[in-house]
Amino acid sequence: MEEHEVQAFIDATKAYFAQMTDEPAEVGTPYLLDEDSTVLDFTGVIGISGTRRGCVYFSTPRALLEHILTHLGEVDLSEDTLIDLAGEIANTLAGNVRKDFGKDFLISIPVVIQGQPRRLRALSDSRGFVIPIKWKGIRSCLVISLDSKV
Amino acid sequence: MNRKLMIVDDSNVIRRLIERCLAGEAVEVVAMAGNGVEALEHFRNWRPELVTMDITMPEMDGLTCVEEILAVDPDARILIISALADKPTAIEALKRGAVGFLTKPFTDQEFATAFAELLED
Repeated sequence: MEEHEVQAFIDATKAYFAQMTDEPAEVGTPYLLDEDSTVLDFTGVIGISGTRRGCVYFSTPRALLEHILTHLGEVDLSEDTLIDLAGEIANTLAGNVRKDFGKDFLISIPVVIQGQPRRLRALSDSRGFVIPIKWKGIRSCLVISLDSKV
Repeated sequence: MNRKLMIVDDSNVIRRLIERCLAGEAVEVVAMAGNGVEALEHFRNWRPELVTMDITMPEMDGLTCVEEILAVDPDARILIISALADKPTAIEALKRGAVGFLTKPFTDQEFATAFAELLED
């Protein structure tokens, strides 16, 4: 992946928190994904096809989702709602970067994994990047794993 | 008299958020749907004048659903609310008959502006 492509995801992440919560998120320096990368309570996964292949996933602890839902005025903080929001955040971040990647950057509907899978392997031959996110002191991350342009 | 509206999005969180954003508007939410097939069925049953429509959904995507709804009622007014932020998709949505396009995430003000355009005849 090229630097400006990673930057597109960083920009989308910053915009998401700024617009949805009125409180900016701190986005740290991206680093290479390794085998031991942490998967948190809820992970929304988006498959990518078209001009690129791979996946994008947003992994978050429960507390972050509960804070966002409360901020949005949502009173239902059930497991189903938390799963829904984890998928929606992943969908929004992946969809927003089409501004930079183009309309043939095709995104799937989200799949959400709850809890810690034994292993979450990126569907790409290239190594992925982890974008660390801190919002209200809560750490989450966005992982991008994309093959080179097809 | 309130105008009838249907909200279509595969996320219940977003459907409920849009519903809350509509507080104070002269509309009645008569139906909600989580995909295009369900939306079309509800549209035939409820005949809402206004629709907010996501694009990336299971079963039938929002752009196809716009065409299907307009085939049933060419006067239906449809606002796309989608995370897909590229211009060609927005242009495609308008070509297929949507009257507006709002990108997620949106602020209350951005929603109000886009919704005001949806209400214009």
